[in-house]
Amino acid sequence: MISLAGRDIMHSWGKFVFTGMGLGLLIGVTLSMAGIYRGMVDDAKVLLDNSGADLWVVQRNTLGPYAESSSIYDDAWRGIRGMPGVARVANITYLTMQVRRGERDVRAMVTGIMPGRPGTPGWPPYLVAGRQITRGHYEAVADIASGFKLGERIRVRRNHYTVVGLTRRMVSSNGDPMVFIPLKDAQEAQFLKDNDAIRQQRRRTAENPAFNRPGVPGLLEAVIASQSTNPYVNAVLVQIEPGHRPERIAESIRRWKRLTVYTREQMEEILVGKLIATSARQIGMFLVILSIVSAAIVAFIIYTLTLGKIREIAVLKLIGTRNRTIAAMITQQAIALGAIGFVVGKISATLLMAPIFPKYVLLEPMDSVKGFAAVVVICVLSSIIAIRAALKVDPAEAIGG
Amino acid sequence: MAGKGILIEGLSKRYGSGDTAVDALKKVDMQVAPGEVVGLIGPSGSGKTTLLKALGAVIEPTSGRMTLGGEVIYDGGWLIKDLRALRRDKIGFVFQAPYLIPFLNVTDNVALLPMLAGIPNAEARQRAAELFQALDVAHRAKAMPSQLSGGEQQRVAIARGLVNRPPVILADEPTAPLDSERALAVIRILNDMARKLETAVIVVTHDEKIIPTFKRIYHIRDGVTYEEAGEGVLA
Repeated sequence: MISLAGRDIMHSWGKFVFTGMGLGLLIGVTLSMAGIYRGMVDDAKVLLDNSGADLWVVQRNTLGPYAESSSIYDDAWRGIRGMPGVARVANITYLTMQVRRGERDVRAMVTGIMPGRPGTPGWPPYLVAGRQITRGHYEAVADIASGFKLGERIRVRRNHYTVVGLTRRMVSSNGDPMVFIPLKDAQEAQFLKDNDAIRQQRRRTAENPAFNRPGVPGLLEAVIASQSTNPYVNAVLVQIEPGHRPERIAESIRRWKRLTVYTREQMEEILVGKLIATSARQIGMFLVILSIVSAAIVAFIIYTLTLGKIREIAVLKLIGTRNRTIAAMITQQAIALGAIGFVVGKISATLLMAPIFPKYVLLEPMDSVKGFAAVVVICVLSSIIAIRAALKVDPAEAIGG
Repeated sequence: MAGKGILIEGLSKRYGSGDTAVDALKKVDMQVAPGEVVGLIGPSGSGKTTLLKALGAVIEPTSGRMTLGGEVIYDGGWLIKDLRALRRDKIGFVFQAPYLIPFLNVTDNVALLPMLAGIPNAEARQRAAELFQALDVAHRAKAMPSQLSGGEQQRVAIARGLVNRPPVILADEPTAPLDSERALAVIRILNDMARKLETAVIVVTHDEKIIPTFKRIYHIRDGVTYEEAGEGVLA
């Protein structure tokens, strides 16, 4: 049997290809949106993977350190370190801020890591160039996405740091590149005020009779000293020994240290389910809107193409063509249009759009398969209007009169 | 094989009802023998298109009886359930304009019909090729309709009407767009093929140049037909 749809497409291939390309760009945007969502989820998972932690110990009743602010004393780790089943612990701070490079700012998540060695929780697990931080101050390891180069000087708050190492795919859940600096520097950066603010605070403290009492020497100095230091970190990262259940150790920390502890699964749920939930809903809405627009375009094009063939359809019906043959011709054309669009969309999303998006775009093969299935379903549904129009054509129209 | 022609007895068609009812056909009688080509002539609005549509099973008459190829298809109601199959297998259509499917080449335009009837591709193409030989368009078998002249297109349309070897051909002003020479050639082809395939052919026409070619002519006016002997001159 002759493929009526195939012959029609071959006959007017230019119309189909150019329409398919237009549709393809729309599908490309749709695939990219899905890729952005996947990228956000992947960023969140990468953040957790790269932290090297099994447990996150944070301020009580908070969703810290990523979804909410969290402050715990920087000596809390000592008590946790001594608990059974705990292999390694490390303080960590996270601060998303503008890092200055020359005349330009780069948005980054500045991460304060404890002195240690590779494998310490919070440390970048691998480098693509340079070395890890070895000095106590003013060295940094930056993600390659930040654009920083080895040996470059960057400014965090008032201090300058030398980039000594570069890493890859170390990003926050928002996709901001991470910049690792020593913990003490990070604590200072989180707390540091400008000179005017410091002077004003000291003056106010000195004028407060409660802190500057005659006959209590050293009190004012002690208060001012406590105001100038930051004894807090955002979280303690815990690695557990093999063979121990994270949930049991977490329960133990909760009970004895009166802190909140999250396991890997719980932290993933917070990041994916809460932190990027709004963005995910937004992307979901975009996907729905783009799908509706795609369906409307396919429906309009197929309907227009069908109306352009009314006389031929009347002749086909008059000479005995079954309705299902005509319906199949229209459906096949819609699917072919969708297939052309999908191929163009997939290529444009992979080669044109993903590389230029500032956010990480993760195009998963299964998403493409689902996307293709969705395109086929949309095309089939979109062809219904055209099929209805075609089936209403009276074969008598071919005779005229 | 085709045969047994067309027999119409007391065929009527009424559009609408009550005061606005219009009787497009009023007890029409008509008979066309196998291998015969008759003319159906009448002014606009006389009912000839209605008669053609009723014969083509695309509108339902109000009353009467129709026999095509020896089979009664209508007797106060359709006696055939699948009118689509009836049109495909028993009736060949040739229109004023060729109405070839623009995205199929000449062979496929013609071979499509037998394929729709379930005839294998090779046989369908063979039938088309035989008709192209007879109609002198074999050299255009692979061309697209847009590449053909008007006369060639009409000959391909005739091949399409004949390819399923129907007992009946209904031709609706098949020579209207053609000059005298080509119009006569088309009528000659219809006569030849009708004789060869024992097909009964009704040609609806206004075309003065082909009217003398019919041996019998049915005139239709206000839904009533009457028969007249024609000249039957086909140079």
